[in-house]
Amino acid sequence: MKSSNAPRRLVALIGSMAAVMCSAACSVGSLGTGDQAAGDTTITYLVFNEPSTVKAANALIAAFEKDNPQIKVKLDTMPTGSDGDNIVKTRLSTGEMSDVFSYNSGSLLQAIRPDEYLVSLSDQSWVKDLDKSYLPAVSTAKGLYGAPTGGSTPGGVVYNKAVYAKLGLKIPRTWDQFRANNLLIKKSGIAIPVEQTFGDAWTAQLVILADFANIAAVAPQWAADYTANKARNVDQPALSSWQHLRQLHDDGLLNKDFASATYDKGVQAIATGKAAHYPMLAGVIDAVRQNHPQYLKDIGMFAMPTATGTESHLTLFLPSGRYIPKTSTGAKLDAAKKFVAFTQTTQGCDLLVQSGSYGPFMNRLCKVPADAPAAIKELQTYVAAGNTGPALESVSPIKGPDLPQLAVEVGSGIRTADSGAKLYDQNVKQQAQQLGLPGW
Amino acid sequence: MTVGTTPVAPAAPAPAEHPPPRRQRGRSTRSRYPLWFLLPGGGLLVLLFVVPTATSFYFSLTRWTLFDSTFIGLENYVTFFQDPQLFGSFVHTLVYAVITSVGKVVAGLALAILLNGRIIARGYLRAVVFFPVLVSAVGVGITFKVLFDPFDGLINRALGVVGIDGPGWLTNPDLALASVAMVDIWKGVGVSTLIFMAGLVAIPRDYYESAHIDGATDWQLFRFITLPLVGPATMTVVILNVISGLRSFELIWTMTGGGPGFTSDVLASVIYKKYQAGLYGLSTAGNVVMFVVVAAITIPLYRWFRRREVAQ
Repeated sequence: MKSSNAPRRLVALIGSMAAVMCSAACSVGSLGTGDQAAGDTTITYLVFNEPSTVKAANALIAAFEKDNPQIKVKLDTMPTGSDGDNIVKTRLSTGEMSDVFSYNSGSLLQAIRPDEYLVSLSDQSWVKDLDKSYLPAVSTAKGLYGAPTGGSTPGGVVYNKAVYAKLGLKIPRTWDQFRANNLLIKKSGIAIPVEQTFGDAWTAQLVILADFANIAAVAPQWAADYTANKARNVDQPALSSWQHLRQLHDDGLLNKDFASATYDKGVQAIATGKAAHYPMLAGVIDAVRQNHPQYLKDIGMFAMPTATGTESHLTLFLPSGRYIPKTSTGAKLDAAKKFVAFTQTTQGCDLLVQSGSYGPFMNRLCKVPADAPAAIKELQTYVAAGNTGPALESVSPIKGPDLPQLAVEVGSGIRTADSGAKLYDQNVKQQAQQLGLPGW
Repeated sequence: MTVGTTPVAPAAPAPAEHPPPRRQRGRSTRSRYPLWFLLPGGGLLVLLFVVPTATSFYFSLTRWTLFDSTFIGLENYVTFFQDPQLFGSFVHTLVYAVITSVGKVVAGLALAILLNGRIIARGYLRAVVFFPVLVSAVGVGITFKVLFDPFDGLINRALGVVGIDGPGWLTNPDLALASVAMVDIWKGVGVSTLIFMAGLVAIPRDYYESAHIDGATDWQLFRFITLPLVGPATMTVVILNVISGLRSFELIWTMTGGGPGFTSDVLASVIYKKYQAGLYGLSTAGNVVMFVVVAAITIPLYRWFRRREVAQ
């Protein structure tokens, strides 16, 4: 008798411990329902903690709360990069996700299993205003889950116009022209030809990622073949991106602190003309506008020069989405949907533009403002000519997690382009197998 | 409770008066009753250690997500050992464990001898040596990342003043792991010093005195008395440091993130990255490999030290 009770007692003990833990955790949630009883609904909104993002989110919340006094939106932040990624995955799987949250679209969205965790927004009225090219990035076969958080972000080469004017250089379209420019700048000694900032490993990927529109322009099937395990990085045309990254190092074009410099240093170098080129996202333009406004007029941007064609194409990174987790229910769900819808109105667009987002936009109600910086207008020429293409991560669900580190190794001369591309193919295979894609 | 002292005297003769019933009752209780006290601790051990360990062995043979898993046999292990980065991290882990353990043994013993000697401000210096142990590893890592900056860092600035062009401590692929190991030694040497100090105090003074009378030099005192007799302490220090070296993560993650590239990645940081990337099966396999490696290294090490101790 006694001994047979033992497991039961143990179970009871564990059960009561679990109950204690749960009651501690659950009480946080019940605070929200307390507010609700008073007639107000409080929802939480989770965004990345970059200052510009937080500022934009606060502006959105203030305007939304003014229109909807019965709803309170509490802003919550998370770090960018893989730490933020972890927070999103953990909170979703433990059911503690904020009522509305921002997260990547495209390949990374697929990794958080939208069908299981997110509320489908296919029936929302704002969906019809979205650009068709954006829909696949926030949808699965079962529905559409996200609303764009802003404009798409072009990736390419940010350049310093003062340096270009001084040396009388022309904007390069092909990689050979770009290389010639770089060697001229190096010879003149007035600026560092190419700024690289491997202290933030993600920045090392741009030479490869921003080249994708060029590759897709000559090989439109590439992304589909890649997803189906029929195209590889070790083969041309994709290999050329890796070779470029290595060549920049071997030509001796980089800043001497490339291994430790961070993104902020890169922005400063390109703004002040210390460096002539910075392979980066158009976010640099807004960073210069905020931190070094006196240099904004010196900043220009062009698409990654192509080695595969004669005309370079601008790679567009589609904007993140705003998503609602399935754990938001009842009044909170209604409030969350209302908030997401508000971000897709003309008023929401205006707030976006005021906080430094310039497009190209994914919602037709949003227009690039007339007073946008010159660099933004320069990029519009690619849009007008139809010389743009989505980034690989928007058209294929696979992106190997080791790309930043591999790009750092190739870009620092630690590893050859071939070896880097080969290892990346292995890494991609692990990712594709984990996602359960056919053909791997 | 306070009256407990008075019954002691009458209780003492009691066993002598009725020894047989006591012993009998004692035997029957000994067989069952005390086991109940093991249950809470044992239950928690099973629940929090044995069950997760067993399940992780199983899940390392699958490709899993939070909802489902596919059994794929040993494929994760094959990937793990074929992937040069993963295998590289394995080598880095061993190198790191050896460097930090040797460093902490040598520095720890030297400091312990110094701090047990008659020196000025001994108490203060003991505190200073131990202090880094109390600081959070993440804080230390971030601080040293700033100090090690190749151009703006305090260390290279200071070297620049005396005309030395300091290297890229954390950005040079050949140096990054060693730089982190150096910080690890600095941060962790306090514990080793403490253990060695206790070990040194336990050596009877008589040995030194009689050796002195026989005309032994200081080196001979150290070599033939201190070193052999501080053996048990050395064993503790080596085992603790090998285990912590094999499992090291915080300093590496905060100082280099495994970089540049993968040149300072260790098992723990690779496993962390694979989890982050959602490659759960592969990282579970990595954890099993780490478990096996730590066990395979520390258990024989422990046995070897025990045998030597017995032999002495």
